[in-house]
Amino acid sequence: MAAKTKREERKPVVVVDDVHIRYKVFASGKKASGAGIRKGLFSRKLRLREVHAVKGVSFVIHEGESIGVIGTNGSGKSSLMRAIAGLTPVSGGAVFSSARPSLLGVGAVLLPNLTGVKNIILGGLAMGFSRKEINSKLDSIIDFSGLREFIDLPMRTYSSGMSARLRFSIAASRDHDILIVDEALAVGDQEFRNRSEARMREMRDKAGTLFLVSHSMKSILDTCTRVIWIEKGELLMDGEPLEVVNAYNKFVGSDTID
Amino acid sequence: MGLADYAREHGLKRVGARPSLSQYIAQAWERRDFAVTFSVFSTEAANARNRLGRWWLILLPTIQAVIYGLIFGFILGDSRPDNFVPFLFTGVFLFSFFSNSLLMGAGSITGNSGLVKSLHFPRMLLPLSAVIRQFINLLPQIGLLILALLIFGQEVTFDWLALIPILLLMFCFATGLALVSARLTVHIQDLSKLIPFVTRVAFYVSGIFFSVDKVLGDYPVLLSIMKFNPIYDFIELARGALVNGYQMTPFLWWACICWSIGLLIFGLVFFWKVEERYGRED
Repeated sequence: MAAKTKREERKPVVVVDDVHIRYKVFASGKKASGAGIRKGLFSRKLRLREVHAVKGVSFVIHEGESIGVIGTNGSGKSSLMRAIAGLTPVSGGAVFSSARPSLLGVGAVLLPNLTGVKNIILGGLAMGFSRKEINSKLDSIIDFSGLREFIDLPMRTYSSGMSARLRFSIAASRDHDILIVDEALAVGDQEFRNRSEARMREMRDKAGTLFLVSHSMKSILDTCTRVIWIEKGELLMDGEPLEVVNAYNKFVGSDTID
Repeated sequence: MGLADYAREHGLKRVGARPSLSQYIAQAWERRDFAVTFSVFSTEAANARNRLGRWWLILLPTIQAVIYGLIFGFILGDSRPDNFVPFLFTGVFLFSFFSNSLLMGAGSITGNSGLVKSLHFPRMLLPLSAVIRQFINLLPQIGLLILALLIFGQEVTFDWLALIPILLLMFCFATGLALVSARLTVHIQDLSKLIPFVTRVAFYVSGIFFSVDKVLGDYPVLLSIMKFNPIYDFIELARGALVNGYQMTPFLWWACICWSIGLLIFGLVFFWKVEERYGRED
Protein backbone atom coordinates (compact mmCIF):
# COMPACT_ATOMS: atom_id res chain seq x y z
CA MET A 1 0.00 0.00 0.00
CA ALA A 2 1.44 3.33 -1.07
CA ALA A 3 -0.20 5.22 1.75
CA LYS A 4 1.47 2.99 4.29
CA THR A 5 5.04 3.73 3.27
CA LYS A 6 4.28 7.43 3.47
CA ARG A 7 2.92 6.99 7.00
CA GLU A 8 5.99 5.11 8.12
CA GLU A 9 8.05 8.32 8.15
CA ARG A 10 5.76 10.14 10.56
CA LYS A 11 5.98 9.78 14.29
CA PRO A 12 3.75 7.06 15.75
CA VAL A 13 1.48 8.09 18.65
CA VAL A 14 -0.46 4.91 19.28
CA VAL A 15 0.75 1.38 18.63
CA VAL A 16 -1.70 -1.46 19.13
CA ASP A 17 0.27 -4.69 19.14
CA ASP A 18 -1.68 -7.95 18.80
CA VAL A 19 -4.24 -7.01 21.44
CA HIS A 20 -6.52 -9.67 22.85
CA ILE A 21 -9.31 -8.98 25.31
CA ARG A 22 -11.11 -11.76 27.09
CA TYR A 23 -13.83 -11.29 29.64
CA LYS A 24 -14.68 -13.93 32.17
CA VAL A 25 -18.30 -13.69 33.13
CA PHE A 26 -20.52 -15.83 35.24
CA ALA A 27 -23.25 -17.05 32.95
CA SER A 28 -26.17 -19.32 33.70
CA GLY A 29 -25.80 -22.89 32.52
CA LYS A 30 -27.76 -22.86 29.33
CA LYS A 31 -27.60 -20.49 26.43
CA ALA A 32 -30.86 -18.58 26.16
CA SER A 33 -33.10 -21.59 26.49
CA GLY A 34 -36.49 -21.09 28.07
CA ALA A 35 -35.89 -23.86 30.60
CA GLY A 36 -33.25 -21.84 32.42
CA ILE A 37 -35.73 -19.19 33.47
CA ARG A 38 -37.95 -21.51 35.43
CA LYS A 39 -35.18 -22.82 37.65
CA GLY A 40 -35.07 -21.78 41.27
CA LEU A 41 -32.65 -19.50 43.01
CA PHE A 42 -30.29 -22.21 44.16
CA SER A 43 -30.52 -24.69 41.34
CA ARG A 44 -29.12 -22.20 38.84
CA LYS A 45 -25.75 -23.43 37.75
CA LEU A 46 -23.16 -20.69 37.63
CA ARG A 47 -20.57 -21.29 35.01
CA LEU A 48 -17.61 -19.19 34.08
CA ARG A 49 -17.95 -18.26 30.47
CA GLU A 50 -15.19 -16.65 28.50
CA VAL A 51 -15.95 -14.01 25.92
CA HIS A 52 -13.14 -13.33 23.49
CA ALA A 53 -14.04 -9.75 22.57
CA VAL A 54 -10.93 -8.68 20.70
CA LYS A 55 -8.82 -11.24 18.86
CA GLY A 56 -5.37 -10.06 18.01
CA VAL A 57 -5.77 -6.58 16.55
CA SER A 58 -2.68 -4.60 15.49
CA PHE A 59 -2.28 -1.17 13.95
CA VAL A 60 -0.12 1.93 14.16
CA ILE A 61 -1.52 5.45 14.40
CA HIS A 62 0.65 8.41 13.42
CA GLU A 63 0.65 12.01 14.47
CA GLY A 64 -2.18 14.15 13.13
CA GLU A 65 -4.42 11.28 12.07
CA SER A 66 -8.01 11.03 13.14
CA ILE A 67 -9.36 7.57 13.07
CA GLY A 68 -12.92 6.49 12.57
CA VAL A 69 -13.76 3.15 14.13
CA ILE A 70 -16.74 1.30 12.71
CA GLY A 71 -18.30 -2.12 13.12
CA THR A 72 -21.60 -3.70 14.04
CA ASN A 73 -22.83 -3.79 17.66
CA GLY A 74 -20.86 -6.17 19.83
CA SER A 75 -17.94 -6.32 17.42
CA GLY A 76 -15.42 -5.32 20.08
CA LYS A 77 -14.99 -1.63 19.22
CA SER A 78 -15.68 -0.33 22.68
CA SER A 79 -13.57 -3.00 24.35
CA LEU A 80 -10.68 -2.06 22.12
CA MET A 81 -11.14 1.66 22.80
CA ARG A 82 -11.26 1.06 26.54
CA ALA A 83 -8.04 -0.94 26.26
CA ILE A 84 -6.39 1.89 24.32
CA ALA A 85 -7.44 4.28 27.09
CA GLY A 86 -5.99 1.89 29.68
CA LEU A 87 -9.34 1.44 31.41
CA THR A 88 -9.65 -2.23 30.53
CA PRO A 89 -6.52 -4.33 30.93
CA VAL A 90 -5.58 -6.39 27.87
CA SER A 91 -5.39 -10.18 28.14
CA GLY A 92 -2.66 -10.43 25.54
CA GLY A 93 -0.50 -8.08 23.50
CA ALA A 94 -0.03 -4.44 24.45
CA VAL A 95 -1.02 -0.89 23.65
CA PHE A 96 1.67 1.80 23.50
CA SER A 97 1.07 5.51 23.31
CA SER A 98 2.90 8.80 23.51
CA ALA A 99 0.44 10.27 26.02
CA ARG A 100 -2.33 8.94 28.16
CA PRO A 101 -5.41 8.65 25.92
CA SER A 102 -8.69 9.97 27.34
CA LEU A 103 -11.89 8.12 26.65
CA LEU A 104 -15.26 9.71 26.35
CA GLY A 105 -17.89 7.03 26.24
CA VAL A 106 -21.57 6.47 26.71
CA GLY A 107 -22.81 4.83 29.81
CA ALA A 108 -23.25 5.69 33.41
CA VAL A 109 -23.34 9.27 34.60
CA LEU A 110 -20.39 10.18 36.72
CA LEU A 111 -22.01 10.78 40.11
CA PRO A 112 -25.79 10.59 39.81
CA ASN A 113 -26.62 12.21 43.15
CA LEU A 114 -24.54 15.30 42.63
CA THR A 115 -25.60 18.35 40.68
CA GLY A 116 -24.27 19.16 37.23
CA VAL A 117 -21.95 21.84 38.60
CA LYS A 118 -20.44 19.46 41.13
CA ASN A 119 -19.94 16.84 38.46
CA ILE A 120 -18.09 19.41 36.39
CA ILE A 121 -15.86 20.34 39.33
CA LEU A 122 -15.10 16.73 40.25
CA GLY A 123 -14.58 15.66 36.66
CA GLY A 124 -12.19 18.56 36.17
CA LEU A 125 -10.25 17.77 39.34
CA ALA A 126 -10.00 14.12 38.34
CA MET A 127 -8.63 15.17 34.94
CA GLY A 128 -5.89 17.04 36.75
CA PHE A 129 -7.15 20.64 36.84
CA SER A 130 -6.50 22.62 39.99
CA ARG A 131 -9.45 24.00 41.90
CA LYS A 132 -8.62 27.47 40.61
CA GLU A 133 -8.43 26.41 36.98
CA ILE A 134 -11.72 24.58 37.15
CA ASN A 135 -13.44 27.56 38.75
CA SER A 136 -12.26 29.82 35.94
CA LYS A 137 -13.43 27.34 33.30
CA LEU A 138 -16.75 26.59 34.94
CA ASP A 139 -18.73 29.19 33.04
CA SER A 140 -17.43 28.25 29.64
CA ILE A 141 -18.08 24.56 30.31
CA ILE A 142 -21.68 25.29 31.32
CA ASP A 143 -22.13 27.47 28.25
CA PHE A 144 -20.74 24.80 25.99
CA SER A 145 -23.09 22.20 27.43
CA GLY A 146 -26.08 24.52 27.00
CA LEU A 147 -27.51 23.21 30.26
CA ARG A 148 -27.34 26.35 32.38
CA GLU A 149 -30.98 26.03 33.35
CA PHE A 150 -30.52 22.54 34.76
CA ILE A 151 -27.01 22.78 36.10
CA ASP A 152 -28.12 22.83 39.74
CA LEU A 153 -30.17 19.67 39.44
CA PRO A 154 -28.77 16.27 40.42
CA MET A 155 -27.40 14.43 37.44
CA ARG A 156 -29.74 11.49 38.00
CA THR A 157 -32.58 13.72 36.78
CA TYR A 158 -30.86 14.32 33.43
CA SER A 159 -31.94 12.61 30.26
CA SER A 160 -29.32 10.53 28.48
CA GLY A 161 -28.84 13.31 25.95
CA MET A 162 -28.31 15.88 28.68
CA SER A 163 -25.78 13.79 30.56
CA ALA A 164 -23.94 13.07 27.31
CA ARG A 165 -23.77 16.83 26.73
CA LEU A 166 -22.39 17.45 30.18
CA ARG A 167 -19.79 14.71 29.98
CA PHE A 168 -18.60 15.83 26.59
CA SER A 169 -18.37 19.42 27.78
CA ILE A 170 -16.27 18.41 30.77
CA ALA A 171 -13.91 16.34 28.64
CA ALA A 172 -13.68 18.95 25.90
CA SER A 173 -12.63 21.65 28.36
CA ARG A 174 -9.14 20.27 28.19
CA ASP A 175 -6.94 19.74 25.17
CA HIS A 176 -6.17 16.06 24.88
CA ASP A 177 -3.20 14.70 23.01
CA ILE A 178 -5.23 11.59 22.30
CA LEU A 179 -8.99 11.65 22.61
CA ILE A 180 -11.28 8.68 22.08
CA VAL A 181 -14.93 9.52 21.52
CA ASP A 182 -16.96 6.34 21.76
CA GLU A 183 -20.49 7.02 20.50
CA ALA A 184 -20.70 9.70 23.14
CA LEU A 185 -22.57 11.98 20.79
CA ALA A 186 -25.04 9.43 19.52
CA VAL A 187 -27.76 10.53 21.95
CA GLY A 188 -27.11 14.26 21.52
CA ASP A 189 -29.28 16.42 19.27
CA GLN A 190 -28.06 17.75 15.95
CA GLU A 191 -27.23 21.21 17.29
CA PHE A 192 -24.96 19.82 20.00
CA ARG A 193 -23.47 17.26 17.66
CA ASN A 194 -22.40 20.00 15.27
CA ARG A 195 -20.85 22.01 18.05
CA SER A 196 -19.00 18.95 19.42
CA GLU A 197 -17.74 17.89 16.04
CA ALA A 198 -16.38 21.38 15.49
CA ARG A 199 -14.60 21.14 18.83
CA MET A 200 -13.19 17.73 17.91
CA ARG A 201 -11.86 19.04 14.63
CA GLU A 202 -10.29 21.94 16.49
CA MET A 203 -8.56 19.49 18.84
CA ARG A 204 -7.42 17.39 15.90
CA ASP A 205 -5.94 20.44 14.22
CA LYS A 206 -3.93 21.22 17.35
CA ALA A 207 -1.96 18.05 16.57
CA GLY A 208 -4.22 15.96 18.75
CA THR A 209 -5.10 12.43 17.75
CA LEU A 210 -8.76 11.54 17.63
CA PHE A 211 -10.53 8.19 17.64
CA LEU A 212 -14.18 8.45 16.77
CA VAL A 213 -16.42 5.44 17.23
CA SER A 214 -19.71 6.08 15.53
CA HIS A 215 -22.51 4.50 13.60
CA SER A 216 -23.05 7.74 11.72
CA MET A 217 -21.04 7.34 8.53
CA LYS A 218 -21.53 11.05 7.89
CA SER A 219 -19.74 11.99 11.12
CA ILE A 220 -16.98 9.54 10.30
CA LEU A 221 -16.46 10.92 6.80
CA ASP A 222 -16.62 14.53 8.02
CA THR A 223 -14.08 14.12 10.79
CA CYS A 224 -11.73 11.25 10.01
CA THR A 225 -8.69 10.77 7.82
CA ARG A 226 -8.53 7.01 8.23
CA VAL A 227 -11.09 4.36 9.09
CA ILE A 228 -10.70 1.06 10.90
CA TRP A 229 -13.39 -1.58 10.62
CA ILE A 230 -13.62 -4.11 13.44
CA GLU A 231 -15.85 -7.13 13.05
CA LYS A 232 -16.20 -10.03 15.52
CA GLY A 233 -13.11 -8.88 17.36
CA GLU A 234 -10.90 -8.84 14.29
CA LEU A 235 -9.55 -6.04 12.18
CA LEU A 236 -11.38 -6.41 8.90
CA MET A 237 -10.24 -3.34 7.03
CA ASP A 238 -8.01 -0.32 7.59
CA GLY A 239 -7.62 2.47 5.08
CA GLU A 240 -9.10 5.47 3.29
CA PRO A 241 -12.41 6.57 4.84
CA LEU A 242 -14.58 6.38 1.75
CA GLU A 243 -13.24 3.00 0.71
CA VAL A 244 -13.81 1.40 4.12
CA VAL A 245 -17.20 3.06 4.65
CA ASN A 246 -18.41 1.82 1.25
CA ALA A 247 -17.28 -1.71 2.01
CA TYR A 248 -18.96 -1.54 5.41
CA ASN A 249 -22.19 -0.22 3.92
CA LYS A 250 -22.23 -3.09 1.46
CA PHE A 251 -21.69 -5.48 4.38
CA VAL A 252 -24.58 -4.15 6.48
CA GLY A 253 -26.76 -3.69 3.43
CA SER A 254 -27.40 0.03 3.45
CA ASP A 255 -26.93 2.05 0.29
CA THR A 256 -27.06 5.60 1.63
CA ILE A 257 -24.59 7.42 3.77
CA ASP A 258 -26.17 9.05 6.79
CA MET B 1 11.15 -5.66 13.95
CA GLY B 2 8.13 -6.24 16.14
CA LEU B 3 5.59 -3.58 16.82
CA ALA B 4 6.53 -3.44 20.51
CA ASP B 5 10.15 -2.64 19.66
CA TYR B 6 9.01 -0.12 17.10
CA ALA B 7 6.85 1.59 19.73
CA ARG B 8 9.64 1.66 22.31
CA GLU B 9 12.07 3.00 19.75
CA HIS B 10 9.81 6.02 19.31
CA GLY B 11 9.54 6.57 23.01
CA LEU B 12 5.96 5.33 23.42
CA LYS B 13 4.94 3.94 26.78
CA ARG B 14 2.69 1.00 27.48
CA VAL B 15 -0.80 2.20 28.30
CA GLY B 16 -2.18 1.26 31.67
CA ALA B 17 1.20 0.19 32.97
CA ARG B 18 1.25 0.59 36.71
CA PRO B 19 3.49 3.48 37.77
CA SER B 20 6.14 2.91 40.40
CA LEU B 21 4.86 3.22 43.95
CA SER B 22 6.55 6.57 44.51
CA GLN B 23 5.18 7.96 41.23
CA TYR B 24 1.78 6.61 42.13
CA ILE B 25 1.76 8.36 45.47
CA ALA B 26 3.02 11.55 43.84
CA GLN B 27 0.19 11.42 41.28
CA ALA B 28 -2.34 10.85 44.04
CA TRP B 29 -0.93 13.76 46.01
CA GLU B 30 -1.27 16.01 42.94
CA ARG B 31 -4.96 15.24 42.83
CA ARG B 32 -5.62 15.43 46.55
CA ASP B 33 -8.11 18.22 45.82
CA PHE B 34 -10.23 15.65 44.08
CA ALA B 35 -10.29 13.34 47.10
CA VAL B 36 -11.22 16.14 49.49
CA THR B 37 -13.85 17.70 47.22
CA PHE B 38 -15.34 14.31 46.46
CA SER B 39 -15.79 13.53 50.15
CA VAL B 40 -17.31 16.94 50.90
CA PHE B 41 -19.74 16.66 47.99
CA SER B 42 -20.78 13.12 48.83
CA THR B 43 -21.36 14.03 52.47
CA GLU B 44 -23.65 16.81 51.31
CA ALA B 45 -25.39 14.60 48.78
CA ALA B 46 -25.94 11.84 51.33
CA ASN B 47 -27.93 14.16 53.55
CA ALA B 48 -29.52 16.33 50.89
CA ARG B 49 -32.64 14.20 50.61
CA ASN B 50 -33.32 14.20 54.36
CA ARG B 51 -35.36 16.97 55.92
CA LEU B 52 -32.91 17.45 58.75
CA GLY B 53 -30.00 17.49 56.33
CA ARG B 54 -26.61 17.76 57.92
CA TRP B 55 -28.04 17.71 61.43
CA TRP B 56 -28.01 13.95 61.04
CA LEU B 57 -24.23 14.11 61.37
CA ILE B 58 -24.82 14.91 65.04
CA LEU B 59 -28.21 13.32 65.64
CA LEU B 60 -27.26 9.84 64.52
CA PRO B 61 -24.27 9.32 66.83
CA THR B 62 -26.18 10.94 69.71
CA ILE B 63 -29.09 8.55 69.35
CA GLN B 64 -26.64 5.68 69.04
CA ALA B 65 -24.74 6.70 72.15
CA VAL B 66 -27.91 7.23 74.18
CA ILE B 67 -29.27 3.83 73.24
CA TYR B 68 -26.02 2.04 73.97
CA GLY B 69 -25.70 4.04 77.20
CA LEU B 70 -29.14 3.00 78.41
CA ILE B 71 -28.89 -0.62 77.38
CA PHE B 72 -25.36 -1.38 78.45
CA GLY B 73 -25.61 0.86 81.48
CA PHE B 74 -28.60 -1.16 82.60
CA ILE B 75 -27.28 -4.62 81.71
CA LEU B 76 -23.83 -4.13 83.13
CA GLY B 77 -25.13 -2.71 86.40
CA ASP B 78 -22.35 -2.50 88.95
CA SER B 79 -19.69 -3.88 86.66
CA ARG B 80 -19.84 -0.70 84.60
CA PRO B 81 -16.41 0.76 83.91
CA ASP B 82 -15.49 3.99 85.72
CA ASN B 83 -16.80 7.22 84.20
CA PHE B 84 -19.17 5.15 82.15
CA VAL B 85 -20.72 7.82 79.90
CA PRO B 86 -17.48 9.42 78.63
CA PHE B 87 -15.99 5.92 78.45
CA LEU B 88 -18.83 4.69 76.27
CA PHE B 89 -19.03 7.78 74.05
CA THR B 90 -15.32 7.63 73.24
CA GLY B 91 -15.69 3.96 72.37
CA VAL B 92 -18.82 4.25 70.26
CA PHE B 93 -17.75 7.30 68.25
CA LEU B 94 -14.23 6.18 67.49
CA PHE B 95 -15.43 2.69 66.69
CA SER B 96 -17.98 3.94 64.20
CA PHE B 97 -15.20 5.85 62.44
CA PHE B 98 -13.23 2.63 61.96
CA SER B 99 -16.16 0.44 61.02
CA ASN B 100 -17.55 2.96 58.54
CA SER B 101 -14.12 3.43 56.97
CA LEU B 102 -13.94 -0.31 56.45
CA LEU B 103 -17.46 -0.45 55.03
CA MET B 104 -17.21 2.61 52.80
CA GLY B 105 -13.70 1.68 51.73
CA ALA B 106 -15.02 -1.69 50.60
CA GLY B 107 -17.57 -0.03 48.34
CA SER B 108 -15.33 2.76 47.13
CA ILE B 109 -14.23 1.08 43.89
CA THR B 110 -17.19 -1.18 43.19
CA GLY B 111 -19.70 1.53 44.09
CA ASN B 112 -18.19 4.22 41.88
CA SER B 113 -17.83 2.20 38.72
CA GLY B 114 -19.22 5.06 36.61
CA LEU B 115 -16.32 7.20 37.67
CA VAL B 116 -13.70 4.44 37.43
CA LYS B 117 -14.78 3.47 33.93
CA SER B 118 -14.87 6.94 32.48
CA LEU B 119 -11.95 8.82 33.98
CA HIS B 120 -8.39 7.96 34.69
CA PHE B 121 -6.89 8.93 38.02
CA PRO B 122 -5.01 7.09 40.76
CA ARG B 123 -7.69 4.78 42.12
CA MET B 124 -6.44 5.02 45.68
CA LEU B 125 -8.13 8.43 45.80
CA LEU B 126 -11.48 6.67 46.10
CA PRO B 127 -10.83 4.70 49.32
CA LEU B 128 -8.93 7.72 50.59
CA SER B 129 -11.88 10.00 50.02
CA ALA B 130 -14.17 7.47 51.72
CA VAL B 131 -11.99 7.82 54.81
CA ILE B 132 -11.89 11.61 54.56
CA ARG B 133 -15.66 11.52 54.45
CA GLN B 134 -15.78 9.44 57.63
CA PHE B 135 -13.32 11.83 59.20
CA ILE B 136 -15.61 14.76 58.37
CA ASN B 137 -18.41 12.82 60.05
CA LEU B 138 -16.24 12.18 63.07
CA LEU B 139 -15.51 15.83 63.80
CA PRO B 140 -18.98 16.84 65.07
CA GLN B 141 -18.94 13.66 67.11
CA ILE B 142 -15.70 14.73 68.72
CA GLY B 143 -17.42 18.03 69.55
CA LEU B 144 -20.28 16.11 71.09
CA LEU B 145 -17.84 13.98 73.04
CA ILE B 146 -16.08 17.02 74.45
CA LEU B 147 -19.46 18.47 75.41
CA ALA B 148 -20.30 15.24 77.22
CA LEU B 149 -16.94 15.32 79.00
CA LEU B 150 -17.65 18.84 80.25
CA ILE B 151 -21.19 17.97 81.34
CA PHE B 152 -19.93 14.97 83.31
CA GLY B 153 -17.43 17.14 85.10
CA GLN B 154 -14.20 15.90 83.57
CA GLU B 155 -11.17 18.06 84.22
CA VAL B 156 -9.84 19.93 81.21
CA THR B 157 -6.14 19.07 80.97
CA PHE B 158 -3.32 19.46 78.48
CA ASP B 159 -3.70 15.74 77.85
CA TRP B 160 -6.69 16.59 75.71
CA LEU B 161 -4.29 17.95 73.10
CA ALA B 162 -3.00 14.43 72.61
CA LEU B 163 -6.25 13.83 70.76
CA ILE B 164 -4.78 15.61 67.71
CA PRO B 165 -1.93 13.14 67.07
CA ILE B 166 -4.29 10.31 68.01
CA LEU B 167 -6.78 11.39 65.35
CA LEU B 168 -3.95 11.63 62.85
CA LEU B 169 -2.84 8.08 63.62
CA MET B 170 -6.43 6.89 63.41
CA PHE B 171 -6.72 8.48 59.99
CA CYS B 172 -3.65 6.59 58.76
CA PHE B 173 -4.91 3.32 60.20
CA ALA B 174 -8.38 3.76 58.69
CA THR B 175 -6.86 4.60 55.29
CA GLY B 176 -4.89 1.37 55.40
CA LEU B 177 -8.05 -0.47 56.36
CA ALA B 178 -10.04 1.09 53.50
CA LEU B 179 -7.33 0.36 50.91
CA VAL B 180 -7.22 -3.30 51.90
CA SER B 181 -10.98 -3.73 51.93
CA ALA B 182 -11.35 -1.83 48.63
CA ARG B 183 -9.07 -4.26 46.84
CA LEU B 184 -10.53 -7.34 48.49
CA THR B 185 -14.09 -6.46 47.47
CA VAL B 186 -12.94 -5.92 43.90
CA HIS B 187 -11.68 -9.51 43.85
CA ILE B 188 -14.57 -11.01 45.79
CA GLN B 189 -17.78 -9.00 45.75
CA ASP B 190 -19.33 -11.38 48.30
CA LEU B 191 -17.09 -9.95 50.99
CA SER B 192 -19.29 -6.87 51.20
CA LYS B 193 -21.96 -9.15 52.70
CA LEU B 194 -19.59 -10.32 55.41
CA ILE B 195 -18.23 -6.95 56.49
CA PRO B 196 -21.18 -6.10 58.77
CA PHE B 197 -20.44 -9.31 60.71
CA VAL B 198 -16.77 -8.48 60.92
CA THR B 199 -17.53 -5.07 62.39
CA ARG B 200 -20.12 -6.56 64.78
CA VAL B 201 -17.56 -8.99 66.14
CA ALA B 202 -14.97 -6.23 66.38
CA PHE B 203 -17.51 -4.15 68.31
CA TYR B 204 -17.96 -6.85 70.93
CA VAL B 205 -14.31 -7.72 71.37
CA SER B 206 -12.76 -4.26 71.42
CA GLY B 207 -13.96 -3.10 74.81
CA ILE B 208 -16.35 -0.46 73.55
CA PHE B 209 -18.79 -0.77 76.45
CA PHE B 210 -16.90 -2.90 78.96
CA SER B 211 -13.52 -2.71 80.55
CA VAL B 212 -11.29 -5.36 79.03
CA ASP B 213 -9.08 -5.40 82.12
CA LYS B 214 -12.02 -6.19 84.38
CA VAL B 215 -13.70 -8.78 82.20
CA LEU B 216 -10.57 -10.62 81.10
CA GLY B 217 -8.79 -10.20 84.43
CA ASP B 218 -8.88 -13.96 85.06
CA TYR B 219 -7.58 -14.89 81.63
CA PRO B 220 -4.09 -13.38 81.35
CA VAL B 221 -3.35 -14.99 77.99
CA LEU B 222 -6.50 -13.63 76.35
CA LEU B 223 -5.88 -10.27 77.96
CA SER B 224 -2.40 -9.98 76.51
CA ILE B 225 -3.64 -11.00 73.06
CA MET B 226 -6.36 -8.37 73.41
CA LYS B 227 -3.79 -5.68 74.04
CA PHE B 228 -2.65 -6.06 70.44
CA ASN B 229 -6.13 -5.45 69.05
CA PRO B 230 -5.62 -2.11 67.24
CA ILE B 231 -9.20 -0.90 67.70
CA TYR B 232 -8.88 -1.45 71.44
CA ASP B 233 -5.49 0.30 71.46
CA PHE B 234 -6.77 3.41 69.70
CA ILE B 235 -9.87 3.71 71.83
CA GLU B 236 -7.99 3.07 75.05
CA LEU B 237 -5.39 5.65 74.08
CA ALA B 238 -8.09 8.23 73.36
CA ARG B 239 -9.68 7.44 76.72
CA GLY B 240 -6.30 7.98 78.31
CA ALA B 241 -6.20 11.43 76.78
CA LEU B 242 -9.75 12.45 77.67
CA VAL B 243 -11.32 10.44 80.47
CA ASN B 244 -10.29 10.61 84.14
CA GLY B 245 -8.86 7.40 85.51
CA TYR B 246 -7.44 6.12 82.22
CA GLN B 247 -3.80 6.36 81.20
CA MET B 248 -1.99 6.86 77.91
CA THR B 249 0.65 4.20 78.48
CA PRO B 250 3.79 4.08 76.33
CA PHE B 251 2.69 0.64 75.21
CA LEU B 252 -0.54 2.07 73.80
CA TRP B 253 1.34 4.82 71.99
CA TRP B 254 3.74 2.37 70.42
CA ALA B 255 0.99 -0.05 69.51
CA CYS B 256 -1.02 2.70 67.79
CA ILE B 257 1.99 4.13 65.95
CA CYS B 258 3.06 0.71 64.70
CA TRP B 259 -0.44 -0.33 63.68
CA SER B 260 -1.22 2.88 61.81
CA ILE B 261 2.05 3.19 59.93
CA GLY B 262 2.28 -0.54 59.32
CA LEU B 263 -1.24 -0.92 57.99
CA LEU B 264 -1.00 2.25 55.89
CA ILE B 265 2.14 1.03 54.14
CA PHE B 266 0.74 -2.46 53.71
CA GLY B 267 -2.55 -1.07 52.39
CA LEU B 268 -0.80 1.22 49.89
CA VAL B 269 1.32 -1.56 48.46
CA PHE B 270 -1.52 -4.07 48.51
CA PHE B 271 -3.86 -1.68 46.69
CA TRP B 272 -1.28 -0.39 44.22
CA LYS B 273 -0.24 -3.92 43.16
CA VAL B 274 -3.40 -4.40 41.10
CA GLU B 275 -4.00 -0.78 40.05
CA GLU B 276 -4.42 -1.93 36.43
CA ARG B 277 -7.21 -4.25 37.37
CA TYR B 278 -9.71 -1.78 38.78
CA GLY B 279 -12.50 -1.10 36.34
CA ARG B 280 -12.46 -4.51 34.74
CA GLU B 281 -15.74 -6.33 34.75
CA ASP B 282 -15.33 -9.87 35.96
